[in-house]
Amino acid sequence: MTNDDTGMTKISKSGAKRPSRRSLLKGAAAVAGAAVVGDPIRGFPTVWAQDIKDIELRHIGVSYSVVQPIGVQASKDLGFKVSMQNLDTSAAINRFITQPNTVDIADLEGWQAKLAAKRGVIQGIETKKIKEFDNFLPIFTKGELDGHKIPRQGISPYQALYLASKDATELHDGVSDWMTNVPQVYNADSLGYRPDLIGHPVTEWKELINPKYKGKAAILDVPAIGIMDAALCFESADLIKYGDKGNMTKPEIDFTINKLIELKKDGQFRATWTTFEQSVSLMAAGEVIIQSMWSPAVAAVRVKQIPCSYAAMNIKDGKEGYRGWCNGMGLMRHLTGKKLDAAYEYLNWYLSGWQGAFVSRYGYYSPVPSTAKKFMTDAEWQYWYEGKPSPEIVKDPFGQPMEPVGTKRDGGSFIERVTNISCWNTLMDESAYMNKRWNDFKVA
Amino acid sequence: MAQSAAVATARANRRGEAFSWACIAPLVLVLGPFFLAPLLAVIAASVFQTDGFGGMTPAFDLSSYREILTSGLTFNLYWETVKFTVLTWFFSLVIGFFVAYFLVFHVRNRLLGLGLFLLCTIPFWTSNIIRMISWIPLLGKQGLINTALLETGLIHEPLEFLLFSSFAVVVAYVHQLTIFMIVPIFNSMGRIDKALVEAAVDAGASRFDVMRLIILPLSKSGIALGSIFVVSIVMGDFFVVKVMSGGGSASVVGAFYEDVGVLQYPKAAASAVLLTVVLMVAVALILRTVDIRKEITR
Repeated sequence: MTNDDTGMTKISKSGAKRPSRRSLLKGAAAVAGAAVVGDPIRGFPTVWAQDIKDIELRHIGVSYSVVQPIGVQASKDLGFKVSMQNLDTSAAINRFITQPNTVDIADLEGWQAKLAAKRGVIQGIETKKIKEFDNFLPIFTKGELDGHKIPRQGISPYQALYLASKDATELHDGVSDWMTNVPQVYNADSLGYRPDLIGHPVTEWKELINPKYKGKAAILDVPAIGIMDAALCFESADLIKYGDKGNMTKPEIDFTINKLIELKKDGQFRATWTTFEQSVSLMAAGEVIIQSMWSPAVAAVRVKQIPCSYAAMNIKDGKEGYRGWCNGMGLMRHLTGKKLDAAYEYLNWYLSGWQGAFVSRYGYYSPVPSTAKKFMTDAEWQYWYEGKPSPEIVKDPFGQPMEPVGTKRDGGSFIERVTNISCWNTLMDESAYMNKRWNDFKVA
Repeated sequence: MAQSAAVATARANRRGEAFSWACIAPLVLVLGPFFLAPLLAVIAASVFQTDGFGGMTPAFDLSSYREILTSGLTFNLYWETVKFTVLTWFFSLVIGFFVAYFLVFHVRNRLLGLGLFLLCTIPFWTSNIIRMISWIPLLGKQGLINTALLETGLIHEPLEFLLFSSFAVVVAYVHQLTIFMIVPIFNSMGRIDKALVEAAVDAGASRFDVMRLIILPLSKSGIALGSIFVVSIVMGDFFVVKVMSGGGSASVVGAFYEDVGVLQYPKAAASAVLLTVVLMVAVALILRTVDIRKEITR
């Protein structure tokens, strides 16, 4: 399908613009260091420039995670070609499973990693060869952050990260020497709304189904995650308590869908959306005033001078909380020899900071913020990670001004946002049934 | 003597046969790998078993069909899709018929008629998706139409049915597909002998009679061809419904696309086979009303 390709076109299109000189120099230095010196302790093989210049790596995945300018920078720093291709979530997983040899690096969400491992299309990634592995946040190595246990509703990144051996097809609970994928970008999703029209800060999911906003609300139409947004709403409104929102039973699915159908018939939803761009235009064109939304989409609405806020959904009384997601890079099983070495270099480049800084400028996070920080200004770090009022004008990845001085990020600091994630994107055991019921909602 | 003549005839026959084969070879070469093979693969997949995670094991299992055919959802999806098909077919037929009629019978200059006909195809030079999306700023709550109506004081609240509704879906389809009606109807009308119309008028037929008794029956093949295009395109599409209904409506194809998204291949394949059968029946019914082969060689 074509529509999701537009996800990050804004970022891709202006990608020609130069990154700041400072970050470029740093990036070049860091990569030169990595490529030439290698890592003598771990014996990481040094791939020589003349051997790798003909290599091309195809990194394939969804547009919000596989971003063109990052590939361009990687090619420049690494000396071999990385080509980025975007597909929507379902086209991507179908490609990985049915045509594994047309992909080198698969960009995987947790549930996709589980599936890809099961189908035997990816190979385990040796943690020893990942230079920054020890600097990964404990979200990825212990399943916790800042002493707070990361919940396991849905599939948390930690749960889907490890394998017992290189060729294992089942996930391994707990750190091992092999990973299904190297996490690269993640965030906490909630609702976006028009503060001028709603009139008060939104901190509860049930606002989406508040009859006051009848005909002015929209929900995400990707069944697997749309149903979780709906579940968060219904739990917030005390209509039901789920055992696991990320893995509902059939009766729970029925309850959720029937309630959605009821809301639809009452005219609660103006529309549903499937792509980043659609969510931006629904909000910007005044069609809706509250909807499921992604953080960069809120920024994209604000750039149009239309007030738009991202709901701070801190967990309260076991309700609310953000829906988290995380994408990582898996190595396809067919990679061997020099190409495999190049792929490892690419993974290491990803974690070396340039990419982490780049994605943070549109609100996403790096699994190793310590390296990203080196590529960010102090002001950027304070705004995006620490949740403090920005001492400077906030700029997007291409230097376009986004927010005035003194703005604070909605939802607060990194720790505050991530520790308030209450469930993770997933594919339920009953996904076939859920999908069928979701279509009942669509056609109702 | 007679024998050698027989041999010659046989040789000629054989040569004729070879020529026929050569003529259809390109079509077979295209249809074989790009139509027949995928179709067979889909049929095979529809009876395979799945582990629910994209793995398939060869089997002859009709449970996917059983599930689809006993599900109320299938009925609702077809109801929705058929509704859009009939509405689109009706409006594109009416518009297409009168546009073609005007071009053939009212534009006296043949060259001008042809020129105007080509004008009709200009919107076709841009992509379907662009043509569809451009309706959104026109029909939206703060779109051109609502703004104009609000400012002239005709309405006080924006009309919400204009966008993200069945109305919007039909508008987009009619806009996209009317050309498929115009072309074949224009073509079959162009072959109507003008003398026939004159004779009818001389014999006292009204304009309406001419239309009803001469032009309509003689344009039947064009109408049938146009209908086949429109019906098969609408029934096989999901994107217009998805975007223009704002996700508020589903379609047969949209539903099995989502099955593919969660790796339910056999069920998606069975739905695709069912749709193919339904479409074949629809096309067969259209063809029953008119012998296209006879009409085209007329």
